Amino acid sequence: MSGSDLVMYEEEFGKIDEELQRLYIQTNAKVVFLVDKNGQLIASAGETHDIDTTSLASLTAGNIAATGGIARLLGEKEFTILFHEGEKDNIHISLIGQRIILVVIFDSRSSLGLVRLRVKKVSEALTRIFNDIAAKSEREKSEGKIDESPFAEISDEDIDNLFR
Amino acid sequence: MSFINYSSREINCKIVYYGPGLCGKTTNLQYVYRKTNPDQKGKLISLATETERTLFFDFLPLALGDIKGFKVRFHLYTVPGQVFYAASRKLILKGVDGVVFVADSQIERMEANMESLDDLKINLAEQGYDLDKLPYTVQFNKRDLPNVAPVENMNKLLNPRNIPCFEAVAVTGPGVFETLKNVAKQVLVELKKHY
Repeated sequence: MSGSDLVMYEEEFGKIDEELQRLYIQTNAKVVFLVDKNGQLIASAGETHDIDTTSLASLTAGNIAATGGIARLLGEKEFTILFHEGEKDNIHISLIGQRIILVVIFDSRSSLGLVRLRVKKVSEALTRIFNDIAAKSEREKSEGKIDESPFAEISDEDIDNLFR
Repeated sequence: MSFINYSSREINCKIVYYGPGLCGKTTNLQYVYRKTNPDQKGKLISLATETERTLFFDFLPLALGDIKGFKVRFHLYTVPGQVFYAASRKLILKGVDGVVFVADSQIERMEANMESLDDLKINLAEQGYDLDKLPYTVQFNKRDLPNVAPVENMNKLLNPRNIPCFEAVAVTGPGVFETLKNVAKQVLVELKKHY
């Protein structure tokens, strides 16, 4: 396993959540969520109860991965924005700091222009937060705080219990 | 690349089923899906062609339970096995925590198995992974068919390091959960080493 595992701490999660809530209100969106490039849902805001966010997260990441593949074939580094227009709902997907995917689902109560503008603003804030997380995670590793980690004590029995 | 969330107290890990076309990767996931409690699983998503060949990937999220107060979730993915989907296959390996190699036990598929295993190694290397260092399990599938190669021969060809391997019949289930459990265990042991 590479050292690039994503570790999310309470404090940064709070900040991310705050940014997403603000974006959700400012864009008048239906749902806003953040996914990492590997398809793991990180956080969400809005009317998530009717939506299968786990599946949506994995498909969005697949979408970004496929688009990234196309970009490389064409000699582009990456296409950073994807937009899908539906009859009622639209989806705006953007890549933040090469690592995180921001998804905004909206209908006629909002507009593409508004979403693009707000997404651009929030992207800067989110990039900063994720840089902080990476730095913090590195620091904790080098300071040896990992010893206090709950995973250090995982026993074979714990693992076997998962499959009962 | 696992995702550890201290805020929602969750650990998410990604397991990829790899192997040649028609070896039974999707069938493995379908069996796991059928036999798991509704509260432990999400939707099984299949991006497949009209003839039910995997086009991009299958995806099954599983929530197995708690370890030390953390919810443990595994995201199971399959790759498209057919040779000409090479570009898509690579993408699925991004951020993988554990790999299951599903081999087709039929004698006439041995070459396809070996080709797919080489392809796996190359694609992992491109992402900066080394198969020898990754949690990894081999499954010899379709053991119920009449024309299968002996396990010793398959081991020699596909499993020279003699890592754990499981005989399976993914359609009816034998070996499916044993395989999953083995790779999941390796992933968690690896996590323990790092955190």
